[in-house]
Amino acid sequence: MRWFWIDRFDEFVRGKRATAIKNVSLAEEHLHDHFPGAALMPNSLVVEGMAQTAGLLVAEAIDYNRRVVLAKVAAAEFHFDAVPGDTLVFKAEVLDLKASGSLTKVTSTVGDRLQGEAELFFAHLEPGEGVPKLFEPPELLQWLDQMHIYDVGRDEAGQPLVRPDW
Amino acid sequence: MASRDEIFDKVKGALVEALGVDEDEVSPSATMVGDLGAESIDFLDIVFRLEKAFGIKIQRGELFPEDVLSSTEFVTNGKVNEAGLNELKTRMPFIDLAKFEANPSVQNFPNTLTVEDMVRYVESKLAA
Repeated sequence: MRWFWIDRFDEFVRGKRATAIKNVSLAEEHLHDHFPGAALMPNSLVVEGMAQTAGLLVAEAIDYNRRVVLAKVAAAEFHFDAVPGDTLVFKAEVLDLKASGSLTKVTSTVGDRLQGEAELFFAHLEPGEGVPKLFEPPELLQWLDQMHIYDVGRDEAGQPLVRPDW
Repeated sequence: MASRDEIFDKVKGALVEALGVDEDEVSPSATMVGDLGAESIDFLDIVFRLEKAFGIKIQRGELFPEDVLSSTEFVTNGKVNEAGLNELKTRMPFIDLAKFEANPSVQNFPNTLTVEDMVRYVESKLAA
C-alpha cells in the first residue's frame, strides 16, 4: 500500500511550481481515531501532502534520475486544522534546485484561508546512498497518471510535458 | 569584498534559518555540531543557503570531508592518521585543527568545525 496524500495536480510547471489538491474525507479511517467525534487531519500528514506535491515537482525536473527524499522540514507553521469536507490546495514553488538537493516553499489553503506553510528541503540521492529503490518505473508512472501530471503539466516553454516511455 | 563582520552576519543568518537556532547562540566559537546541533543533512541545507547568500559554488565534501573520515588510507584504528591530518589541512585550510590533533578520533571531528571556521571558509571562497 502506498500513502497518497494528494488527489490530483491542477497545475504543474516543470521545475517552477505546482498546485495539487487534497480532499479531506471522513471516509479516511485514520480520522476516526483522530479524534473520535472531532475528526481533524493531523498537520504531519498535511506536511506529507505538501512534500508529495513539491517532491514530484523536483523529481520531474531532474527526470526522476535520483531518489528525491524529504530531508528536512526547515520551517513549518499551521494556522488552523483541516477537517472532513475541506479541500486543501497545496501550492509548491521551487526556490532552489541543484543536482544534490532542492529547497521548496509550499502553502496549504482552504478556500482563501491560509491553513499552513512550510519550507521543505529535499535530498536527491543516487543509488547506493542508503535509500532503497522507492518505485518501479511502471508503478511510478501509474501514480503520475493518477495525479494527472501529464494532463496539466507544462514545460518551461509552455509546451505539454512529455510522458516518459517506461 | 565584504568585511569579516558582513560575512559573519550573513553566515549567522544562514545558520539561524537552517538550524532554527537563536541569533545569540551563533557566536564565532560555537561548534556547528556540538553547540548548534547541526546534523549531516543540515550541512546540505547550509551549503544551499551560503551559495545563495554569497553567490559562491561549494563542492561536495568541502565543508564536511566524509570521504577522508571514512577512508582506510587516512584513518587507522578509528583515528585520523598523519596522512589524513595533512589531507584535512590541505583540503580545509580554514579550520583550526589544533584541538582535534590532540585526539584525532574520527568521532571528534564533527565537533571541530566552528562558526568562525565557516566565516573563514566563505572568506577564502570570496577571495578565490
